[in-house]
Amino acid sequence: MCLAVPGRVLDIEERDGTRMANVDFGGVVKEVCLEYLPDLQVGEYAIVHVGFALQRLDEESARHTLELFADLGMLQEEFGDPWELAAREGGFVFPSDVAGDAVREAGE
Amino acid sequence: MKYIDEFQNPELARRLLDDIHSTVTRPWALMEVCGGQTHTIIRHGIDQLLPDEVELIHGPGCPVCVTPLEVIDKALEIASRPGVIFCSFGDMLRVPGTGRDLFRVRSEGGDVRVVYSPLDALRIAQQNPQREVVFFGIGFETTAPPNAMTVYQARKLGIRNFSLLVSHVRVPPAIEAIMQSPSCRVQGFLAAGHVCSVMGVGEYPELAERFEVPIVVTGFEPLDILEGVRRTVRQLERGEHTVENAYGRAVRPEGNPAAQAMLADVFEVTDRAWRGIGVIPRSGWRLSERYREFDAELRFSVTGIQTLEPAACRAGEVLQGLLKPHECEAFGTLCTPRNPLGATMVSSEGACAAYYLYRRLDLTPARQEASPVV
Repeated sequence: MCLAVPGRVLDIEERDGTRMANVDFGGVVKEVCLEYLPDLQVGEYAIVHVGFALQRLDEESARHTLELFADLGMLQEEFGDPWELAAREGGFVFPSDVAGDAVREAGE
Repeated sequence: MKYIDEFQNPELARRLLDDIHSTVTRPWALMEVCGGQTHTIIRHGIDQLLPDEVELIHGPGCPVCVTPLEVIDKALEIASRPGVIFCSFGDMLRVPGTGRDLFRVRSEGGDVRVVYSPLDALRIAQQNPQREVVFFGIGFETTAPPNAMTVYQARKLGIRNFSLLVSHVRVPPAIEAIMQSPSCRVQGFLAAGHVCSVMGVGEYPELAERFEVPIVVTGFEPLDILEGVRRTVRQLERGEHTVENAYGRAVRPEGNPAAQAMLADVFEVTDRAWRGIGVIPRSGWRLSERYREFDAELRFSVTGIQTLEPAACRAGEVLQGLLKPHECEAFGTLCTPRNPLGATMVSSEGACAAYYLYRRLDLTPARQEASPVV
């Protein structure tokens, strides 16, 4: 019940003097009240709980967090395979890097 | 899905786990406050991937589970009245009251309806002006703003046949009660991320300071949980006890000011009983004087109903982190999601339900598995 999920705003309209939106949750579209996030725009993501948008999702913060997790492998890079490191610096993308890519793609 | 899939990445999870393994030097007991986090932990086996030194104690953050029996009985009484349409979130339907649940009330002819949002209940009230429509308003700081907005709208639109049966609870007083318990073993908290999306982090520094306990605001995906654990363990190993935000993408330090303003208008802080735990001072909300006419307890005169908790169910100990679900004699035998003794076995966020769903085959004796499952 307390679950709140990220959704993307598809469109916004006023209904009975209340700011409402259709929000897409990975294919499921629900009607959501925007009164607590009145400046949320079409295309933006928010955390939605029982039909209410409660907080805007911050793209920059999400990216930063994932980069921080990836950087936890610094030690591994320091003592790991120098060929892999060289390939990485040369721009080669490893399958294990897909998380970062997912964010970048979704952000485009 | 965006903001979900990336935070389930196994390679990054390995990096976080490696970091935790290399940081920890001695045993630590951490409590994840929210039931949603408990489910992520058990579903993904995160507790089994962590170093043996790190124990996760499951906290009381399941709103369905902590709603007192007395309130359930009030709901059952109101829902049974002729002319009433009783609306609720789905996971309250099978929570046992004294002798029956909302499902039973419905089968006996009560008009019980499941809604996705409290605004749906308000719409039902608009469409049925000759009926009394009651919404079962339970939940933590995450659910309170939607319910507050619904009462505000009812008043604004003059919808007088709508009312709210309120049993809202607040996290910080619960953390305080847990830390003051003589049997408390908790050394660090993963605070409930979405509660902080609404309330911000301002209520926690005082608690971290007073009880010398690190509090890390934590999200709900596997990587979020691991990062919450990693930061809490790092603080404990260093002898620190501050408030950190490990869920920055959904939590601003100030929270959601518009939601907080609505809460302050519609509700007022009150003492609240928690199922299996007892009364915690200032741990809940009730409707403020201005909105009291929308209080279902007063409208249906059920304030007199008082119920004592049954002794057989040990959910109270589970909710306080004193007992793991499978350590209860009734787990998986007398008590299952089909025949729950207590709410922790019913709710999608209850610790007992999580253990039953994801861990039952490991935890119950083989002979139980041999018995036919109907």
